[in-house]
Parts: sequence; C-alpha cells; structure tokens
Amino acid sequence: MESWREARCVVAKVVGGNTGSKVRKKLALFFLIGWILLIIGDRVDELRVYQGAQIAMYTIALASIVLLTGYSGQVSLGNGAMMAVGGYAAALTLNNLQTPIWSAFMMAILVAALFGAFLGLAAARLSGPYLAGTTLALAVGLPAIANQFSFLGGEPGLLFDVGFPPERFGEDFTQYKWFFWIATFIALIALFVTSNILQSRFGRTWRAIRGNSLAAELSGINASQLKVLAFSVSSGLAGLAGAVLAMTISLVAPGAYTLALSFALVTGAVLAGISSLPGVVLGGFILVAIPEIADALASSLGSEDKLNSYLPGLIVSVLLILSVIYTPNGPGENLRKHFHKKSAH
Amino acid sequence: MSLVVSNLSVSHGAISALRGIDFSVEVGQLAAVIGANGAGKTTLLRTLSGLKDAISGNATWKDREILGKRPDELVRRGISHVSEGKSVIPELSVKENLILGGIWRGKKSDTAEAINEVVELFPRLGERMSQSANTLSGGERQMLAIGRALVSRPKLLLLDEPSLGLAPIVIEQIFQTIDQLRHRLGLTVLLVEQNAMSALEIADIGVIINLGEVVATGPANELINDPALRAAYLGY
Amino acid sequence: MQKALETLLIGLSTGSIYALMSLALVLVWRSTRVINFAQAGQAMFSTYIGFEIATRSQIFWLGLLFAIVAGALLGAGVDYFFMRVLFKHANSGPALVVAPVIATLGLLGLIRSIVGLTWGGEFKSLTAPASKNGFTFGEVTIPFSPLDSLTIITVAVILIILALLFQRTNLGLALRASAYSPEIAQLAGIRTARTRTIGWAIAGGVGGVAGMLVTSYNFLTPYSLDLLLVFGFIAAVIGGLESMVGAVIGALVLGIGLTIILNYVGTSLVFIGGFSVLLLVLLIKPDGIMARGKVRRG
Repeated sequence: MESWREARCVVAKVVGGNTGSKVRKKLALFFLIGWILLIIGDRVDELRVYQGAQIAMYTIALASIVLLTGYSGQVSLGNGAMMAVGGYAAALTLNNLQTPIWSAFMMAILVAALFGAFLGLAAARLSGPYLAGTTLALAVGLPAIANQFSFLGGEPGLLFDVGFPPERFGEDFTQYKWFFWIATFIALIALFVTSNILQSRFGRTWRAIRGNSLAAELSGINASQLKVLAFSVSSGLAGLAGAVLAMTISLVAPGAYTLALSFALVTGAVLAGISSLPGVVLGGFILVAIPEIADALASSLGSEDKLNSYLPGLIVSVLLILSVIYTPNGPGENLRKHFHKKSAH
Repeated sequence: MSLVVSNLSVSHGAISALRGIDFSVEVGQLAAVIGANGAGKTTLLRTLSGLKDAISGNATWKDREILGKRPDELVRRGISHVSEGKSVIPELSVKENLILGGIWRGKKSDTAEAINEVVELFPRLGERMSQSANTLSGGERQMLAIGRALVSRPKLLLLDEPSLGLAPIVIEQIFQTIDQLRHRLGLTVLLVEQNAMSALEIADIGVIINLGEVVATGPANELINDPALRAAYLGY
Repeated sequence: MQKALETLLIGLSTGSIYALMSLALVLVWRSTRVINFAQAGQAMFSTYIGFEIATRSQIFWLGLLFAIVAGALLGAGVDYFFMRVLFKHANSGPALVVAPVIATLGLLGLIRSIVGLTWGGEFKSLTAPASKNGFTFGEVTIPFSPLDSLTIITVAVILIILALLFQRTNLGLALRASAYSPEIAQLAGIRTARTRTIGWAIAGGVGGVAGMLVTSYNFLTPYSLDLLLVFGFIAAVIGGLESMVGAVIGALVLGIGLTIILNYVGTSLVFIGGFSVLLLVLLIKPDGIMARGKVRRG
C-alpha cells in the first residue's frame, strides 16, 4: 500500500495527464471546444440550448460506459441506477446541507463512486451474462428501492433546483442557457479527466484485462482490484451525469432513471464505438435525436399515445441490434477495416 | 470405389496444417496414418469428417465429394469419426452414448439391433449399460466411443489415436479388436496413430505424414521393413 | 405454525412460476451459452397472444395453449433468424464477449416496443382460471387460493412432461448431448443446429406458460414480466445455471425465501431481499447450490 503522498502523485498524474506537451495540447483543444460551444449557445434557440445540455449529460454518461464496458470489458446495465444514486446524492446534499451547487455535484460523484465500488466488489468475479443479469436486476428494481425509503421522496421524488443564473449575465440569460453552461462546463472537465485516465496506465491495464484476463493476471496485474476500480470510476461518472440530468429537469425521481435509460446508454455507446471516447459526443447527439425523430415519425403517422411511448424504444432497439450485429466494435472499426483492405491491394 | 484424397490443403488461420495431401484407400482396407505429434493427422480426420473446412483440394468417398459437408450429412453417407480423446459424453449413460449413434436414423428397431451387435463385440459394455460413462476405464471408454460409431453402421471409419492414454495391454486389445471388426464388418478404416508399429501391423497400407506433408505411402509391411523409414519416422 | 405453512405453500406457488422462467433460461444457456434476456420479451409476446385468445373465447386453457405455441414459434424464430446471424458477424474483438448480451437485451426492447405499439400500454386483465380468494375452512381463510394450487399443479405437470421428454425420448437425448458436447453429437449424426432451435422453441413455450400464469395474478403490460425475468435469472443463478434440476430447486428456494420476507418482514424489502440473495450466492457460492466444481465463466 503506497503512502498517501505517492497516491496523491499518481492521482494527479492520471487525472491531469501524463506527458507534458500532449496534455497542454489537449487542454487547449478542450478550451477551444468550450469557447465554440459558448458562442453556439448564444446563437441557437431555447429548445436547442436545452438539448445541448442533454447532450452534455449523455456524453458524461456514455463516457462511463466506454470506460466500464469498452475498456475494462464489463457489461453492466447498472449505470442508469448509478446515475440515480448520483442524482439523489446531489439533491439530498443541496436540499439538506445548503451547500453551493458545486459541492452537490461533487457529492454525486463521490457517493456514486462509493456505491460503484461496492457493486464492483460483488461483481468482480462475474463475467458476461452474470454481470449483465445482476445489473439488470438492479436496474429493474431501482424504482422499488427508491420508493422504499421516504427520505428519497418516494415516487414523486425530490426537488433539485440549481437556482437562477447569476444576475450579472443579464436578463436575456435564460434558465436553460444556465443549464447548458453548467452542463457543458462539467462535461468538458469530465471528458478531459476521463481521457487522461483512459490514456494512463490504468486505461492500458483495463484493456489488457478485457482482452485476456488470465494473461493479465499472469503478468502480475491484480485483475479484480482493477475491475472494482473501473466500476468505481465509471459509477462516479455516471453519478455526475445523473446529477446533471436532475439539474435539467429540476427533479430527482425514480421515473427519470428507468431501465430504458440504461438501455439507451448501452445503445448510444455501441453505436458510437464502445471503446472510443470521442465517440461519446456522437452518441449523445444520437440519443437526443432519437426522441425527436420518433416524435416526427409519430406525428406523421397520426399521434396516438402509444406511438409516442413506444416508437423511441423501437428505434433504439433496432439501432442497437443492427449496430451490435454489423458494427460490434463501433463504426470506426468497420471503416478502418475497409481502408485496410483498400490499401492492401 | 474408395477413399481418394487429392491435393488437400488445410490451415488453421494463417498457419498451414496440411499441404497437398495425396493418398487413396481401397474399400475394405485399413490405412494407418502415421506421424509425429502436430504432423497434421488429426486435422486430416477433422477435415474428412466435416468438422473443418479445407482451403483447396478434393476428397471423395465412393466417387462423391465429401469436403465442405456438415458432419451429420457425412454420417448419413456412412462415414463415422471417433475423435481424439475418448469421444464419449461422460454425463450420459453407456446405453445413451450408444443410442446417440443411431438417433439420426430415426428407426428405433434398427438402432436397437445395431446396439446388440456392438454389445456382442464389446461384452464389457453390455455389463455396464446403465452406468454413467464417466465410470468407465480408459479402455472401456474407447470401446464405447468405437461402439457408438459402429451403431451408425458406417462404411468408412475414421479413428483418431484410439491408443492414446491407454495401458499397453489395453492397446493390444484395442488394435486386435479393430482388426477383427473391420474384417467382420467389411469396413474401410483410416487409423491415425502415434503408435506407429502397432498400427502398421494391422494395416494394409500406411501413409506417413510429417509437418503437414505426405512423405511416404505404400503397403504396410514394406513400410515396416524399410530401415530408412523406420529410423526416420518409426523411431528405430 | 399456520403462518409457516401458509408461507411455505405460497412460496411454492410463487417459486413454481419462477421455476418455469429459470428453466427456460438454463435450457437456452446450456445449448447456446447465452443468457437470453429476450426471454422476457418472448414470454410477454406469447402472453399477449394467449390473453387475446383467452379473452375472446373465455377459456383460459385455450389461451394458454396458444401462448405455448406462440412462444415456441417465436423462440425458434429468434434462434434461427437472430442468433445465427449474430454469431456469424460478431466473432472477434471486445464484441465477442459483449455482443450476445447486448443483442438479447436489444431484442427484449424490440419485442417490447412492438407489443406496445400493437396493444398499447394499458393494464390488461386476464380472467384467472380459478379463484384468487384463499381457501376457507369454516371460519378461517388462508392466503393460499385455488389459483395457487392450480399453478403448482400446472407447473408440476409441465415439469413432468419435460423430464420425460429429456430422459426418455431420442429428441431429449439429442438435446442433452448437443448441450453437453456439441462436437461429439455432430459426429454421431445429430443436426445440432436444428436441435438447438428446438431447445429454444421449448424454452419459448415454457416461458409462455410462465407469462400466462403470472398474469392471472397481476395485470398485463409490456413491462409486467420484467420482474419475472429478474427472479427467474436469480433462481437460475442460485441453481447453478448448468442443471435444469438446479434451476427448479433454485426457483422454489427463491420463491419460499421471498415469501418469508414478505410475510415476516414486510412487502417493501422483497426486491432488495431478492437482490441480496443474488449477490450472496454470487459471492459465496458462485457455482450455485448444485455446483459440480465447474468454473463460472461467461
């Protein structure tokens, strides 16, 4: 067990990135993206701004899947539940402890990471379908658990109000824009950190484990510990996403974190490339686009209630199945193979 | 009418296992396929029985192509493969293992008859019909594996290292039994073995494979008596 | 004493429904090495069909029959059209581990969406074949009802039929052989691909019965069978996934266990109880109670 100092050093390196100039370039890139997004945010209408916040939320959630499934090879349906944990943690902190919003988000990460570590401990020895089944059980049962404890607010849930935008931004600065700014800011930081983590030795080791856990063990890697770590970090990210989600709907309730959400996350990750971090942005776009497309389809087919409820699910499922069959490693891999073939001739 | 293999090439992914294999076996003959470990003998049988696809070449049995067919189709054409390592299912009983060989036929009476014939050949199996197959000794399991193949009433029998892991006395018995039954039933047999001597002694012809290629074929007794071959491939 | 007996009986009744589900999961797992999460979807679809027939004809058993047939056809269809395509395409990279799991989950979502679009999400009520009111003995009414006893009997009959099928018929032998050792079965002349499809059909039919039975207690919605899937999975895990007998025993144990929690602790903790049992088994005895020393690998 390393000393605390060493541990702090490692964390700083991992989170802050390892190689000097590469990290500075990445940092610059993220700043640039942030700047561009801010400008865009000013130019588009309310709905799009809100959707921007949703996309940001999804990118964080999808990043958690990329880390857990794409890198460490553990298929889990529990990320939706971890989002819920984060959401509730944030709401409880904000409502009961009167702390600034930022600490609410931090609590979301910490509490979810803790739960994730616990789940990871239980799941470390599981693989494939066992893990999926167990996390499926968690996802299905979450509403029941949430309804159980009254301090969680039962079915109607808890309020999560991040407050109005600061006055100095002026009267035109809407609530949704505030959401967008906060969500994007958080997403950028989260993705930066995650990118560093994935490129660090932890990321490499996770991939080694995913590829061949026996070989990894023989090389001296403690697979179980690292799997638990993956669960924990992934859950922390998911918890953060859950808190951001709560912010956008001003509410934390079981109904926001359903099995369908976990499904959607897995779909988005598979579609965008399950082990590709940049892909999460595409995934976020897709996940926000689907309900729109579904709505458009539904209204052109005559908007019955059931069309609205089930059409998005249909699209998501079909996409998931098609992508898992034809581009199981993400469209990036198929493109790569295609170019390989061409260059080989 | 026979087994004719011409220019057969098989690989495992990028690694070539067999290259340009040529040989033929007449109906009713026993051909011993000899070679060191990893020479490609098992791959040969697996390709002939449909478990593996070839890259190029042909193999015909009674003038009909057998490459690229599913194993269950070939069983219906009279080809039975007893794979390496006691091809019995330990979770099933002896009787059930035997019945397995006849399910494809669909006629229970034929299967029952065939099982009786097998039990005549291997009385020890008859004593243990209702026992689970994992209680059998090594030699008994081999008998069961061969018995199961015989229930399919094959014309061509592919045997992969029946002597593997057995005690010398049992090996003797197995080879004697194989010799007897192939004469009795008029079977054509392709016998893959590392135990070159015993195999060639009961064989009509021998095929020697080294590193994926045929290095010698000919009447078994000639191969046994050729000193160069003996030194190189039979180990003495 | 009376409460204990009631608990036992209700536990048996609940557990027997889980037994059908866990049996179906184990059946598919052994033949295809896939946990078919879509089982819930298949069962749901079959139950909707059974519901339609039962409601129109006012005969529950006719509906049950149609549910079985629909389930069997759908099961066979999923294996033939879906699983085979899947295995052809996804056979390398991280996909190999992940693909079948995600694919069956996707299929679950797909079936659910189709059912929702066709029938809508309203709660549908199936007329039960027997009364749900507990038996009365003079002044005393116990929670165990004619419906419960009918459930137990129905499941028992199905289990007996399946046992006979597996142990006494050539088809059953082929199914077992193909599951234990696909290569040897093939070399013996068995068409293992077709046999596997039949296995899926049986699993589908059995799932249909489970769906119909559960629905005679509760309402039918595109989500109502999710919990059945979860408990069926937990039961299968308890039983060890490799043995069908284990699946049944695990289910009964789970059923009784959950009913104990229900009666002695309170409704609230039922799900948490089930989930904890799952975690406990996975942590302590990962190969299930019927373990034979096999390693629990995906």
